[in-house]
Amino acid sequence: MSIEDIIKPENLVYQKSKLLTEKPFHYCPGCGHGTIHRIVAEVIEELGVDEDTIGVAPVGCSVMAYDYFDVDFQEAAHGRAPALATGLKRVWPNKVIFTYQGDGDLAAIGTAETIHACNRGENITMIFVNNGIYGMTGGQMAPTTLEGMKTATTPYGRKATLPAGAGFNGIPCNGYPLRITELIAQLPGTKYVTRQAVYNPACVRKAKAAIKKAFENQINGKSGVNFVEIVSNCNSNWKMEPVAANNWLVENMLPFYPLGDIKVDGKIVEK
Amino acid sequence: MGELKLMKGNEALAEAAIRYGCDAYYGYPITPQSEVIEYLMEQNPYERTGMVVLQAESEIAAINMVYAAGASGKRVMTSSSSPGVSLKQEGIAYIAGAEVPCVYADVVRGGPGLGTIQPSQADYFQACKGGGNGDYKNIVLAPASVQEMADFVALGFDLAFKYRMACCILSDGAIGQMMEKVVLPEQKPRMTEEEIKANYPWATTGRKRGTQHRVITSLDLDSTRMEAHNRHLQEKYRLVEENEVRFEEIECEDAEYIFVAYGSSARIAQKSVQLARAEGLKVGLLRPITLFPFPTKAIQNLIDRGAKGFLAVELSCGQMIEDVRLAVNGRVKAEHFGRVGGIIHTPEEVLEAMKKQIIGE
Repeated sequence: MSIEDIIKPENLVYQKSKLLTEKPFHYCPGCGHGTIHRIVAEVIEELGVDEDTIGVAPVGCSVMAYDYFDVDFQEAAHGRAPALATGLKRVWPNKVIFTYQGDGDLAAIGTAETIHACNRGENITMIFVNNGIYGMTGGQMAPTTLEGMKTATTPYGRKATLPAGAGFNGIPCNGYPLRITELIAQLPGTKYVTRQAVYNPACVRKAKAAIKKAFENQINGKSGVNFVEIVSNCNSNWKMEPVAANNWLVENMLPFYPLGDIKVDGKIVEK
Repeated sequence: MGELKLMKGNEALAEAAIRYGCDAYYGYPITPQSEVIEYLMEQNPYERTGMVVLQAESEIAAINMVYAAGASGKRVMTSSSSPGVSLKQEGIAYIAGAEVPCVYADVVRGGPGLGTIQPSQADYFQACKGGGNGDYKNIVLAPASVQEMADFVALGFDLAFKYRMACCILSDGAIGQMMEKVVLPEQKPRMTEEEIKANYPWATTGRKRGTQHRVITSLDLDSTRMEAHNRHLQEKYRLVEENEVRFEEIECEDAEYIFVAYGSSARIAQKSVQLARAEGLKVGLLRPITLFPFPTKAIQNLIDRGAKGFLAVELSCGQMIEDVRLAVNGRVKAEHFGRVGGIIHTPEEVLEAMKKQIIGE
């Protein structure tokens, strides 16, 4: 049997979502963005809301997410995506509004917009990709960078605080890695808050189910922010091969950023 | 006919927004324009017309809410005062780049920095010459009365949607805070989703299956396309300059010496014209209504008709005078007079400045 005999429509068991354009991803091989884009697109397609969906793209590696999703999109300034989503949802309450942001965008420069959109309980879906580093600008420290992690701006590793008794003597200190997802889960305006990953197929399936719930809640008019963090990798700026990066993620990121639902239907999940 | 009321400038702006059929106001309190959002909240426009009013967490968030809603074809506005408008410049630059229509009012106070809460016109440069990054312009309307605070909401939205750009209502603390009688327009209906989709095919309202999805962005990493986009913006601004210049001439028919003043300075200079005429001096006033586009040709025509000198009267250390001098182009004398820091000039000192700096004793 030749390959041409096998490639037939009746043998097709899987294809990319119709809501992903033909444009090739610019993401590095091994990066999680491609998988996350795919499952977001699949969810919108499965829910059949593509004609009423408006996405908001961030500044960062996924700045041109609008090239890949075949739905209407707006490009935000760095950190402002939740403000755009608020502005949209308030005048289009029946449309499906989602943001897609990285950790620098959502948890550093856009902290105010993130916290206040969550605190107002905007009925939107927020996808938060946390890879612990600034990818697009070349691997600088993010608010989510782990202690000890080396980046372009913490070349000797992130130091959270000064040594005891050091006072101010010029020793660089960078503060603690920020678990913003746990922080916003405390706000009464958040409806569904979860942390997922996409480093293996089982995780991808769980992450997709979480994203689906985050969209369904919005569509069903349950007021409150639906927030999905996805712990992802940045093998290029972590300076690792893709498999090594995923292993490093499991060994280092997940102990600090544990996976699972944090808040469901407005109630904190007891661990 | 419209309804006659006694109102503050800030309140007239807010009421006119509701009556225009504005879809949303996103704002943040700052003196001397907090009455705008207070009035809107008190009026409960959601009950009246379905208009959304939201107090944002910052001016930055507010302008970005405006950006998004405007980019989906809704008529959205914000307002602030000088330090707050500085914070909005990021969003205004994105609005210019992405060609989003919107209206924002700047009820200017003294600066720099936190400055003062008293009236000022020291943000002419910021409003007319940029303020954010990149080569861009906003249409700038300068109300000189409470009536114009109301009227320029409709004019602002009409121009903003005609050219897909931001329209700034550049007011000041005096115009915003003072009370005058105002004829309010009739209530217009808000646009329906069908009307928005039919009128604004560029708007991100959710794409129809099988059609190209729409993207509102100011980003393009391809230099050739970005140069073309910048040329397109400049061509649009040129059309605005060709078609949208608005100004008022007061006692200019036989005037030899002319005040150029906008907003509250124009109201004071108008009195100075009366004082000058009482002394037999042939003095007039050119009041730019649009600051961008600036009435350059109107100044040149006045020189052709015999004007011998111009005095730009501003509540600043000299900003609009640069545009006056570019228009005059060295043909006659053009000087600046202004009080700053929140002090407003008197008609007498304005006339005195004209005598001293332009006419010569």
